[in-house]
Amino acid sequence: MATQQTQVLGRALLTPAVALLFIWMIVPLAMTIYFSTLHYSLLDSEAWSFVGLENFRYFLTDPAFLTALRNTLVLVGSVLAITILLGTPLALLLDQQVVGRSIIRLMVIAPFFVMPTVSALVWKNLLMHPVSGLFAWVATLVGTTPIDWFNDVPLFSVILIVAWQWLPFATLILLTALQSQDEEQKEAAEMDGASALSTFIYLTLPHLARPITVVILIETIFLLTVFAEIFVTTGGGPGLATTNIAFLIYTQALVQYDVGNASAGGLVAVVIANIVAFFLVRIVGRNLEA
Amino acid sequence: MARKVTARRVWVSTAAAWLFGFLIFLPILWMVLTSFKTELEAFSMPPKFLLFHWTTENYATVQERSDYFHHAVNSLLIAGGSTLIAMIIAIPAAWSMAFAPTRRTKDILLWMLSTKMMPSVGVLLPIYLIYRDFGLLDRRAGLVMILCLGNLPIVIWMLFTYFKEIPKDILEAARMDGATIGRELVYVLTPMAIPGLASTLLLNFILAWNEAFWTLNLSTSDAAPLTVFIASYSSPEGLFWAKLSAASTLAIAPIIILGWFTQRQLVRGLTFGAVK
Amino acid sequence: MGQITLQGVRKSFGPVNIIKDANLDIENGSFVVFVGPSGCGKTTLLRLIAGLEDVTGGQILIDGRNVVGVPPAKRGLSMVFQSYALYPHMSVRGNIAFGLKMAGLPRSDIDRKVEAAAATLNLTPYLDRKPRELSGGQRQRVAIGRAIVREPKAFLFDEPLSNLDAALRVQMRMEVAKLQKQLATTAIYVTHDQVEAMTMADKIVVLNAGNIEQYGSPLELYERPANLFVAGFIGSPKMNFVPGEVAGEPSVATLGVRPEHLKIGKEGEGWPGTVSVAEHLGSDTFLYVDAGKLGLLTARCIGEFNFKAGDRIWLSPDPARLHRFDKDGVVIRT
Repeated sequence: MATQQTQVLGRALLTPAVALLFIWMIVPLAMTIYFSTLHYSLLDSEAWSFVGLENFRYFLTDPAFLTALRNTLVLVGSVLAITILLGTPLALLLDQQVVGRSIIRLMVIAPFFVMPTVSALVWKNLLMHPVSGLFAWVATLVGTTPIDWFNDVPLFSVILIVAWQWLPFATLILLTALQSQDEEQKEAAEMDGASALSTFIYLTLPHLARPITVVILIETIFLLTVFAEIFVTTGGGPGLATTNIAFLIYTQALVQYDVGNASAGGLVAVVIANIVAFFLVRIVGRNLEA
Repeated sequence: MARKVTARRVWVSTAAAWLFGFLIFLPILWMVLTSFKTELEAFSMPPKFLLFHWTTENYATVQERSDYFHHAVNSLLIAGGSTLIAMIIAIPAAWSMAFAPTRRTKDILLWMLSTKMMPSVGVLLPIYLIYRDFGLLDRRAGLVMILCLGNLPIVIWMLFTYFKEIPKDILEAARMDGATIGRELVYVLTPMAIPGLASTLLLNFILAWNEAFWTLNLSTSDAAPLTVFIASYSSPEGLFWAKLSAASTLAIAPIIILGWFTQRQLVRGLTFGAVK
Repeated sequence: MGQITLQGVRKSFGPVNIIKDANLDIENGSFVVFVGPSGCGKTTLLRLIAGLEDVTGGQILIDGRNVVGVPPAKRGLSMVFQSYALYPHMSVRGNIAFGLKMAGLPRSDIDRKVEAAAATLNLTPYLDRKPRELSGGQRQRVAIGRAIVREPKAFLFDEPLSNLDAALRVQMRMEVAKLQKQLATTAIYVTHDQVEAMTMADKIVVLNAGNIEQYGSPLELYERPANLFVAGFIGSPKMNFVPGEVAGEPSVATLGVRPEHLKIGKEGEGWPGTVSVAEHLGSDTFLYVDAGKLGLLTARCIGEFNFKAGDRIWLSPDPARLHRFDKDGVVIRT
């Protein structure tokens, strides 16, 4: 189909999308880079001056940045660990012969479709409320004191909510991958006298390596910028306990109106995301060849 | 495919799977139940599971007090509009890359993917300032635009993977049969791609409906979709759990139902074809 | 009318030359088969004629008119694809009618022509079915129906039978050949199967690595192969090649003899060897013989011969059926 007519037409049809995405990427990014070199506050928009890399020095040495960076890493790491460690057995379970599998699938997948503000508020109020929440009731049933989730373990509470939202994603991808596993290969292993455990270790786990990598990379991209869940539950607090980098930048930008500093922070976030994106793009790219 | 499995094993797996599934679904179930309680019962300890005074008054109150439908219409227009515009831009682009590829097609695809990975927060300020200066803050058109651009890479990618699966031979056969490019698109490609087009449309509608970064930062009331409306419940005033639950149920019910239809396509859409 | 002429046709994808200077004259109404190993460029050549690819250089003439740059739809050709490429969302009727519909024929004409084509191909009972409800052979017929209904100047077939099972393939082979004779329309048929080529073609084009190695009737290719490649490619089992020096003809680089032209001689007569495998088919016996310096020889003997592995035998080649090649692999005609 490589005639010249189709080539020319193809280029013409591709151009609008490429142009739009290019503008969408380049204009704000250039502005962010420009702003990051300014001392500029929206509260006093008359007074601005060029300060070079001062904002980066300020942002990176701000103790709030280190706290936010640590919170971001803890949040991403914990959610990844929870979703994969729970998602893998869950996917394996759903891959078995199970009565009513399609209904269970529907129940498991549902949280992914709940908008972030709803899941955060439902968890905060209906489940995690220290007096009237469902968890508090369970705690009294087993005879322990209910936890005051958002005061005692605020970051962990956010982690729980986000993990609940992303567990379906991990499970669904791993389940899809499991179902594409070659049935005859497993039967061959059975004929070779492999036990269920060694079939799992030598065949299933290697088969899952790639989808797990994909889950890690894609979740990381989204988890690095968790925002709504923090916005409606803790507002970053108490103190800075649940402030991640995305939320810190938001605070500096739209609460403190510090354009220069927020832009420097924004660029730091872009760099961090790009490190992850680099690996994801390579995996996807390799798949394109096939 | 049918491997022999003992009945006992089936029952053990079934019980475990139902338990897991129920626990994961519990928050949603609990929310739906609470939405039918009175505010007093919503708070009661120990909680009431089914034996409470069922009422639908919360649903009526939600509309009266906070103009639920205004925000629902906003959600519909913003999610629907951004998805439709994205489709209109993406269909020709995906066609081009699937059926008239060049040496650079792969690079363009990967570059599009990488734009999706730029953290929104990195460009929050410029976008906010542009929107402020052009009077787009709290305007539906502004949100339509940004969500459209944000989801465009996913739309193009999904369509591309669907188009790729249509055998080139069939399009060539149409060309040999004397069809022009336009007729080839209308009579052959589109009918064959309808399932793919539908699931792309659906998944991106869902993503746009649930988007909660730009909507929270760029809208407050007039253009605010349901994500923002629900967030307004985060500052508690008196007894509000039942109403929050009712509003939330209304906000997510249509999407969960749509989402259940797209679960298979979800994987391929969100992994950019890396897992099928 | 359907006379197709290629003049110096070249095609390259980047630095790779797929077709190097192809010249060919296809007469109106003839059945021409392009045959060659995979990757030889036979499908590319067909697609160049179809207009699905642009030529890099040279001219393609259909009935004397240069069609380079003319889109496929305007060349008046029709094509049957290897995968059949049926439109899955249309009925058999819709598939066959599509080309006529695109040409803007009136409804009644379309119906009449579709019915006629369906009757020719025994598809009438299936007209309202979708392709997925048909067997492989029936799909194949629909693809052919779609091609004939437009009354093209020429049919292009791209390995159309390769997805069918062996028995059906033989049957369809005959049907396609018969249909082509009946319609008296030029046909170009691509295959990698030399038996298909031999049985169907009026003329065969043997392609190798982008070059046309030989163009001629099936028997010409069998009896007078122009070079080592054609000699080895046409005929089954493959022609035996022995170095000229070893065979006692030092002036010849390679000596070729077909397995069916090796006779089992008396002791001491011809080339000695040891049977390594004997295949008894009843009608024929294939002997694979280790002939020492001459290499491994294949002999095909009509009827049943009671040899087994390890037997010593003597093979004598039919002197009238020897093929001699020079060091470049070109045949030496005497």
